[in-house]
Amino acid sequence: MTTKEIADKTVQVNEEGFMTDPNEWTQDIAAAIASEEGVSELTPEHWKVIDYSREVGLESGSAPTLRNITKGAGVPTKELFGLFPKGPAKKVAKISGLGKPEGCV
Amino acid sequence: MKNLLILGAGTAGTIVANKMRRLLDNDEWRITIVDQHETHYYQPGFLFIPFGMYSKNDVIKPKRDFIPQGVELIMSPIEAIEPENNRVRLAKDGRILNYDFLVIATGAHTHPEETPGIKENGWHKDVFDFYTIEGAVALAKHLRTWQGGRMVLNVVENPIKCPVAPLEFLMLADWFFYEQGIRDRVEITYATPLPGAFTKPIASKHLGDILEEKGVKVVPEFYIERVDPDAKKIVSYEEQELEYDLLVTVPLNMGADVIGNSGLGDDLNFIPVDKHTFLSPKYDNMFVLGDAANLPTSKAGSVAHFAVDCFSENFLRYIDGLDMLPTFDGHANCFIESGFGKGLLIDFNYDVEPLPGKYPLPGIGPFSLLQESEMNHWGKMLFRWLYWNTLIKGEEMPLPARMTMAGKWDK
Ligand SMILES: Cc1cc2nc3c(=O)[nH]c(=O)nc-3n(C[C@H](O)[C@H](O)[C@H](O)COP(=O)(O)OP(=O)(O)OC[C@H]3O[C@@H](n4cnc5c(N)ncnc54)[C@H](O)[C@@H]3O)c2cc1C
Repeated sequence: MTTKEIADKTVQVNEEGFMTDPNEWTQDIAAAIASEEGVSELTPEHWKVIDYSREVGLESGSAPTLRNITKGAGVPTKELFGLFPKGPAKKVAKISGLGKPEGCV
Repeated sequence: MKNLLILGAGTAGTIVANKMRRLLDNDEWRITIVDQHETHYYQPGFLFIPFGMYSKNDVIKPKRDFIPQGVELIMSPIEAIEPENNRVRLAKDGRILNYDFLVIATGAHTHPEETPGIKENGWHKDVFDFYTIEGAVALAKHLRTWQGGRMVLNVVENPIKCPVAPLEFLMLADWFFYEQGIRDRVEITYATPLPGAFTKPIASKHLGDILEEKGVKVVPEFYIERVDPDAKKIVSYEEQELEYDLLVTVPLNMGADVIGNSGLGDDLNFIPVDKHTFLSPKYDNMFVLGDAANLPTSKAGSVAHFAVDCFSENFLRYIDGLDMLPTFDGHANCFIESGFGKGLLIDFNYDVEPLPGKYPLPGIGPFSLLQESEMNHWGKMLFRWLYWNTLIKGEEMPLPARMTMAGKWDK
């Protein structure tokens, strides 16, 4: 386990830069990770997705799947790809501080 | 009398039925298993059918032949699972089965209809799958006379069963077209939602290099939105387009419909369970084995086999009131056919990704890990024999259920 300085806060991350303790997350951290991931500005549409994912993630202990987000947050898949290009499930998880999605093995 | 009810007589269900009949007392336990189809398919064999290496007859046998005496086999679709009432409703005659313990092993199934355009006018003309017997047989027929062009293999979404099968398909295709004398007229492309050839980094690098050597173009992070069967192209959510003359798709994989209808699954109808013991966190008499479980390991027959080994020991503890041990480590062991009479082997678990090295196997091995060898090809071929003759009968296999680091090169 390593730590990383994000938005002036030291947080724990895994080797791919996913935060491992969702409680260390802040909105500033989200914005900082987002810009690292090529999402330069977090609009209300982005926050709708992030807030929903945080809610689900904290409750279930793991990041929601794309399917879950489209249904639960009511954002169509295509729009998610527009908001978080190149792999929205992974990007949303990372920005929301929820650890790497376990789905693909 | 106590009732152990098993749903699904595929790989996992059949192994459980055999194992538990040997382990549980006949006078105390009634074991029942339900499935809707008479035929047991050796699914790993589907891979070889398109290339004429296996025929349909090589991969089918009656399910009944593998259900031991003392286990009742009921042929019927399962209509609903009602864990609150410890019972299951069957479609046939509205029959109701009560249970004391339930094992769900209803597998994973492909859903081509979930992606627009797959199952339309191109279906089984220039759009095929090989994850079903029908698809594999139709593709075999098509490939016998195909003259070449652009072949695109697309994985719609993960997880899929046997995540290495698409890679094997690509490598066998390279070999097959070479044998047909048309390799120079075929362009092979692999469009995958993954960032590389495979899920785990070290194996992804090794396998990616092998694909490159074989002239397979990998298009990573391709999330398909739709197939356009008229323009013969696949289109991603990010408007990336790939044209094809032959599209081979691995459609969305989901757990059985009955799981969704009974409200037991996640978004893809896979059932959440404890990843070391297979016990449902919601119902303390419900276990889920094989592809039906929502577990972060490969959906594979070899995994199902290791899983049942761990489960059966634990189940005996559980019914005697002892705590279960967290024995299952996510162990997966997969031969990867790579064409030209060769293959690779990967061996991994929840914590250790596939590493290169040697896999020791007393009497037969060693097999080389993550490297091509003829020995690995024979391992893969032998697997069919083992599957029908020992694996699904729940007999001892020469493979330990838990992963070992012996022989692996750990950095
Ligand atoms: C192309 C391909 C290649 C593969 N290659 C390999 C390989 O090389 N190595 C490997 O280890 N694994 C491989 N696999 C994976 C392996 O076949 C599966 O992981 C394994 O069969 C899973 O077993 P299971 O018991 O969970 O599911 P299954 O064997 O699929 O059994 C599920 C059973 O449940 C029944 N069922 C479902 N719903 C209902 C219902 N409502 N009512 C009644 N019955 C129902 C079905 O009829 C079926 O018999 C491959 C799979 C494919 C498709």
